Amino acid sequence: MKKLGELLVQEDPFEEILMGNQALVRAMIESKTRVVTSYPGSPTPEIATAIMDIPEASTPFYFEFSVNEKVATEVAFGAALNGNLSCVFFKSVGLNVALDSFVQLGLLNIIGGMVVVVGDDPGANSSQNEQDNRNIYRMAKAIVLEPASPKEAYDYYKVAARLAVAQKTMVVLRLTTHVCHARQKISFAGYKPDKGYKTDFDTKNGPYIPLTVLALEMKRLALKRTAPVLSFIQKSGLNRVKTSSDSRGKGIITSGLTWLSVLDVLEQAAFRPNILKLGFTNPLDPKVILDFLKACEQVLILEELDDILENQIKAMAYDQGLGTVIIGKTDDRDFIGEFTPDKTFDKILDTWPEMMPAQDKTKTQKFPLVAVPERPAQMCPGCGHRSAFFAVKQALKKEDITVADIGCHTLGYMPPYAVGQVLLCMGASPGIASGLSLNNTQNKVVAFLGDSTFFHAGLPGLINTIFNHHNITLIVMENGTTAMTGHQDHAGRSINIETLLKGLGIEQILTCDTYNQERLTGHIKTALGTKGISVVIARHPCMLKFTRSQQKKQGYVRKHISIDPSTCTRVHACIENFGCPSFVRNPDQSVGVNMDLCIGDGSCRPSCPEQALGFERKEE
Amino acid sequence: MKEFNIYLTGVGGQGIGLLSQTLLRGADHAGLEVIGVDTHGLAQRGGVVVSRIRCGSRVFSPLTLAHTCDLVLGMEIHEALRGMNTAMKQGGALVYMNLSWQPLPVRLNQSPEVTAQEIAAACSRFDARCIGVEPRGLADARMQNMALVGAVAKHGLIPGVSKSDYANALEDLLKGEMLTRNLDVFKRYAG
Repeated sequence: MKKLGELLVQEDPFEEILMGNQALVRAMIESKTRVVTSYPGSPTPEIATAIMDIPEASTPFYFEFSVNEKVATEVAFGAALNGNLSCVFFKSVGLNVALDSFVQLGLLNIIGGMVVVVGDDPGANSSQNEQDNRNIYRMAKAIVLEPASPKEAYDYYKVAARLAVAQKTMVVLRLTTHVCHARQKISFAGYKPDKGYKTDFDTKNGPYIPLTVLALEMKRLALKRTAPVLSFIQKSGLNRVKTSSDSRGKGIITSGLTWLSVLDVLEQAAFRPNILKLGFTNPLDPKVILDFLKACEQVLILEELDDILENQIKAMAYDQGLGTVIIGKTDDRDFIGEFTPDKTFDKILDTWPEMMPAQDKTKTQKFPLVAVPERPAQMCPGCGHRSAFFAVKQALKKEDITVADIGCHTLGYMPPYAVGQVLLCMGASPGIASGLSLNNTQNKVVAFLGDSTFFHAGLPGLINTIFNHHNITLIVMENGTTAMTGHQDHAGRSINIETLLKGLGIEQILTCDTYNQERLTGHIKTALGTKGISVVIARHPCMLKFTRSQQKKQGYVRKHISIDPSTCTRVHACIENFGCPSFVRNPDQSVGVNMDLCIGDGSCRPSCPEQALGFERKEE
Repeated sequence: MKEFNIYLTGVGGQGIGLLSQTLLRGADHAGLEVIGVDTHGLAQRGGVVVSRIRCGSRVFSPLTLAHTCDLVLGMEIHEALRGMNTAMKQGGALVYMNLSWQPLPVRLNQSPEVTAQEIAAACSRFDARCIGVEPRGLADARMQNMALVGAVAKHGLIPGVSKSDYANALEDLLKGEMLTRNLDVFKRYAG
């Protein structure tokens, strides 16, 4: 197989097994997308990884990681105003950050067309919630396509691009986690590369200034688009009906990955309902839906998260005076999590017991589950954040309050560190800490912020602490990368955080490497004693990234920590307080080292009061 | 083939991604229809990684129903048992790497470590074949995933997929020295 990046720009058609996120990049290229922007976030980062694998000489479009999702949306929008098809992609909660700009897009004449790819996350696999962004798409009058598989992600992007260009608008491609990350064999079409970048901005294509009266005029113009869009949707054939010869009056309306769950589960069914699979979930095409309802006595609507389809479809049926029984969400559980095959099975069985085989509950009862200890995510061996938290703990009093933020350092809330007691979203920690500090003479308040997040959304909160004289200590956890999502670049490459903080007029800025724990503890104590805003920059490169790059070098010798059994008194400070996952608790309560995990960084050594931790060299 | 489901699990950093892709491509080389998906969340940070592969003409979603997996692969002993608890089909097979990456509650002395005896007992309750793979002699922990592919090939656990199909899959995915080293481990364990 060719290198992924070379494959993606190959002009001839080809067939290959790719992930949904990767297949999407080929669709961008075939559709002649000229500008692509993003801020890294799961489940979408592999889109960027695939783009960056393309050899520079054959780069088919401009790509950037913007400083956050809002800026990424704005850059893509600006490029589209010049007449270029553009695309922005980000994670589900990234839409919250982009929202102020995003909600305007549906009102505007975007002459190049724009595709917004959002990786929604039912099941909260990697997000702080499982918000149903379809609520926002409706509010923003966005046209939405929902693919169910990698193949559909590839096909639907191309449809979205065609529609965006034809209607000079923004179209949303709504992916979900297991569509992004699924892999299957896909037949890709050929294409002819051309780099026709345009600079055709003209106010004649507007209005682009949505003030008072014009804002309403723009909304009127946007609503006029509904008829041609519905006609496009009907011609596209992506809202598909599959009629059963033995439906017994039953029908299912669904979309996205849930559709595949339905198909799987129905393999066991005694008879098959009719199925309407919606490719376009906003706006809904009333014709296909009403025709489907009329052909059924009972219709079950299967959708993940909120009752968006259900409420609209019920309203359509009511307006038409249809007698079809429409069954949607009946239970709180229906609003939570993915419609996995298991959940779909249970829902169909509950609704139509005669359709599904009775579940053999004895099957699971026969095999009592053996309890397995949980395995929460944790900081990697050698992680500078662990050293930072260990040092922070020495400096803090029990009553001090710690405010977490998003990033690998969020994991500090877990034992044994328990640093980080409240968390909202990216960049929220300086603001929350400021509120907690008001009239608070009892507790010191400490906010944590990663370096990528510092630029993403942390700066306004920080500037507010200066402007309004809040009394907090900010600890910037600087590891030089956007680590959690796979080591993407961020603005810290061009802008030094310490210099920036000095420029903001902050007087108390203390910086040190987190492995220097005594010094770091001292810095934090000094900062806590400072009135007003104080900042400690706790710096250490991401060791996962660093170790990976070291391992690729010739002659790399991996070091390991060894425990001197004659000195070790089994106080377990290393395993219980420092908590590196490389330590092993043996059945006799002695401590060992997992050689597969230990990178020999030595950051654990200060944690041992007996100095029993030393280095052992090993040839690779 | 109508349906053959595989559940793969381990700890972030153990190479489940490459393991899964090798089996997926191996099945494709053997001419099977195949779809897969990784569920990793924050797994890069030492959490649980799960991957699923489904082969056959009557499979749709990449996700699987509970206790329908013909083959469960565990890169680590705790995760092997956790995987069986949700995925193992009556009469299926387990292949697991007999090593432990202790989860936090074990290291904090709050839970006992899972043992090979518990794995064997769970397998007999499912009437499942139980194949433990010993990591000894593998200088590089990053090649442990290839030992598991080797064991799957040796015992012919995915119907219709031969040793050469897995080797071809590896040739698709890796180049140069990485390919040579991974193929060596694969062949050693495939026998």
